[in-house]
Amino acid sequence: MTVSSLQPLDPRAFDERKAQHLLQRAGFGGTPKQIQSIANLGLEKAVDYIVNYEKLKDPNPATRDAYDKDIIRPPTRVEREAIRKARTSGNEAMVEKFRNERQIKQRADRKQISEMERWWFQRLVSTPRPLEEKLTLFWHGHFATGYRSIENSYHMYLQNMFFRQNAMGNFKEDLVRGIIHDPAMIKYLNNDQNRKSAPNENLARELMELFTLGEGEGYTEDDIKEGARCLTGYTVEDDEFVFRAQQHDTGTKRIFGRSGNYDGDDFVDRIFTRSNASRFIIEKLYRYFINDLPHGDTTESRAFVLALGNLLKRKGWELRPIIESIFLSEHFYDETNMNSIIKSPIQLIVQATRTLNPPHRSNMVRTLAIASDFMGQRLFAPPSVKGWDGGRSWINTSTMFMRQNTLLYLLTGQRPDGKPWETGGDTFDAMSLVVGETRDPKDTVTFLLTTLLNVDEPNRDRVASLLDYMKTQNNKLNNETVTGLLTLITAMPEYQLC
Amino acid sequence: MSDHHHHEHELTQSTGSTDAYSRRIFMQQGMAFLSMATTVPMFMQRSAEGIMLPLGSLVTSQAGIPEDHTLVVIQLGGGNDGLNTVIPYGSREYYTNRPQIAVKAPGSSSSNTGVALEIPGADGYGLHPNLTGILELMDNGQAAIVQGVGYPNPNRSHFTSTDIWHTGNHSGQGYGWLGKYFDNTCAGQPHPKGSIAIGNKAPLALHGKTQKAVNFETEELFRWAGGTVNNSLENSYNDINRKDTLQGVKEDSQLDFLLRTSLDAQVSSDRIRAAVSKKPLVNYPNGQLAQQLQLIASMIRADLPTRVYYASLGGFDTHANQLNSHANLMRQLGDALNTFQKDLSKQGNTGKVITMVFSEFGRRVAQNGSNGTDHGTAAPMFLIGDNVQSGLLGKHPSLAKLEEGDLIYNVDFREVYASVLEDWMGADSTAILGKKYKKAKVLM
Repeated sequence: MTVSSLQPLDPRAFDERKAQHLLQRAGFGGTPKQIQSIANLGLEKAVDYIVNYEKLKDPNPATRDAYDKDIIRPPTRVEREAIRKARTSGNEAMVEKFRNERQIKQRADRKQISEMERWWFQRLVSTPRPLEEKLTLFWHGHFATGYRSIENSYHMYLQNMFFRQNAMGNFKEDLVRGIIHDPAMIKYLNNDQNRKSAPNENLARELMELFTLGEGEGYTEDDIKEGARCLTGYTVEDDEFVFRAQQHDTGTKRIFGRSGNYDGDDFVDRIFTRSNASRFIIEKLYRYFINDLPHGDTTESRAFVLALGNLLKRKGWELRPIIESIFLSEHFYDETNMNSIIKSPIQLIVQATRTLNPPHRSNMVRTLAIASDFMGQRLFAPPSVKGWDGGRSWINTSTMFMRQNTLLYLLTGQRPDGKPWETGGDTFDAMSLVVGETRDPKDTVTFLLTTLLNVDEPNRDRVASLLDYMKTQNNKLNNETVTGLLTLITAMPEYQLC
Repeated sequence: MSDHHHHEHELTQSTGSTDAYSRRIFMQQGMAFLSMATTVPMFMQRSAEGIMLPLGSLVTSQAGIPEDHTLVVIQLGGGNDGLNTVIPYGSREYYTNRPQIAVKAPGSSSSNTGVALEIPGADGYGLHPNLTGILELMDNGQAAIVQGVGYPNPNRSHFTSTDIWHTGNHSGQGYGWLGKYFDNTCAGQPHPKGSIAIGNKAPLALHGKTQKAVNFETEELFRWAGGTVNNSLENSYNDINRKDTLQGVKEDSQLDFLLRTSLDAQVSSDRIRAAVSKKPLVNYPNGQLAQQLQLIASMIRADLPTRVYYASLGGFDTHANQLNSHANLMRQLGDALNTFQKDLSKQGNTGKVITMVFSEFGRRVAQNGSNGTDHGTAAPMFLIGDNVQSGLLGKHPSLAKLEEGDLIYNVDFREVYASVLEDWMGADSTAILGKKYKKAKVLM
């Protein structure tokens, strides 16, 4: 088998297990019915259905006016002057008034970012276009920007819309070029302070180190300094990008051995002449969609990344053919890549919600957002500009319990944060997951393990552990015992993989 | 790979008495075995290794520093008002800047908020009246107060300044200083129970590249809650999560890693809950901090291989009417630290634990219009333990010479970190802090 090439999978090999693998990786899994339908479509139509998601109507499109854009409005010059005067003259009452006003605004804005967090969560669990959200989350982690630093929820929202609109666009022209014009990013990496008289290197550095080339890969400290000069004057006014010519350094900059009166957009062009520009982003996509490579890259992964990187260049940095090639490839469905990725907290929660059909509970989205935060992933708040480390760093002894207990909450209402049980809401129709199956405990257990863990054959020890539980319940299959089985399966270490 | 790695590490680099060392491992293995439902040879060996790993693998770079030295870090969240913690009652400016909220000098006619406690040998400086617990520790030679701790170009945002203190970088970006400590001393391998934070999230300070802290709010949340839903699930859950291997699982594959972590979680949970279930040797006062320290003391007493514990107390963002709220916090802090130290003393563990208390910033010198104080800069830090240079250390920042209404720091907090890292944890502080800081003289 030539795993090194982008050779597509033989369509005849596309079975239900592979269909489920595709659904999990290109989104957040599916119910047995959805898996069946995807398998029935056949490989090419299935990939087309998932990748070309624009054909499916978005029932709740994100719009610019969905949130209040004016909560955090920077003080005008007049206001700034008034605050300064009050400070210097010791007018405490006035200082106090300004402070209170600011605190009220900040509180309102924090409330709004929480609403956005829940809105995104809701979207993740209900969207008919899971790949769109999966990619939006990918770009959020790649071009990581945190609300805590910029304290402007509307800018976070605009950035989220930007990622969604360009989720599968052109990496160079849409995403990288777009991000240096993005208000949230400009604020986050202090490019609003990057002026000709006092350059700030933050954005120039991360643009190469974290967004396009990789740390120390083919650029020097001088390239960073020169890049920062290119980006001078790229700033924000209200909610819009502005270029301030008087703050822009119009001198000659030398970048990667060529000189010119470059601006930020020219800087992007220069970066994309480097050989690493294709490899770096492809490797990151590889870890996100194919295998998170806990021991670093392998011969197969290197070859695949190289081939895909070449394709990306050939296609002029268009991402759609890349994503398509991944999901069509034999390599993607290779046994070594099945169940090889440790689910992120969002993947864990959203996949469980979309596949286990848990009942709706009051405050459910809020509880899940808190649980995700406790597991190390809060939407709109990546830990740093590096995004989430992912892979094994998600897992330690405390997050392991938090993961198991969050799934327990989904199934039973026992809250993962020790707060009292959630009352109200619908009851869990666990039997819906075994509809059409026989009433034999062993068959049921085998069926649940096979589908929920996406394996050909369940492990015998696991079957035995579950049957032991069934014995304590006199082998009666009912809503309560199937719920019990599900709490045990979702507490299995292997349930952390997808 | 990781198991292997640690093993080699222990054989080649462990220091100290082999006999005592093996005995200790044996005892810990024994504990682990007791809590197991099933035993197979491979499983025994591995789980025991999980438990003992910290001892052999945390190699101190400095000779003579025992490897059981423990650090307890307490964060006062919100920005503690340093000037109403260590009271500069000898300063005229203190009283002119704070007409409503200053604490009176010792010997003044008593007010309902009390007068500053005199610190022997520190003329003009006293402690908040509710810090009797700390004064007593100072009398016993167990409390150091480092005055005027801060850093250049102070940031007055809670988040950013907290991140600065947690990372030791002015950018506030990167991994936590204690996370990096483990990354550096454990040769790139995570250290399963190296650090424990009490709370629902682990603080940035404890996040390393590979090192991630264990954290829990209470020990009862550090377990699977399925048994409380239906206790007949418990046996099968244990079957599932106390197996370190399954048929067909390859060494150090993702699933192998998950199985080991889950097993480790069960064993840790057993140990921690057993430790906490013991009645403490002293009675702790009420309050959030005291409860956290009680938890930590019980884990120290049970000889967990944890080297860093993290606790926190919030509520220090005293923008308005701060006299009473700050006084309550001072009472909680002093009493909790005092009780914790008494507990350690009864345990016979005061020699191996130091406690470090910090806040992300102090507050402005002048009170604001609401009888409170706004975000400021330098403030005192506390270090508690038998091994600290007890007393009031360094110089109080000047109240006459200010920068934009704020105190100018005398000691960079990273000088305190450097001292703790080098002289207490036996680590190379330059590798962790990114540059060489001179060590603040805070330890014996």
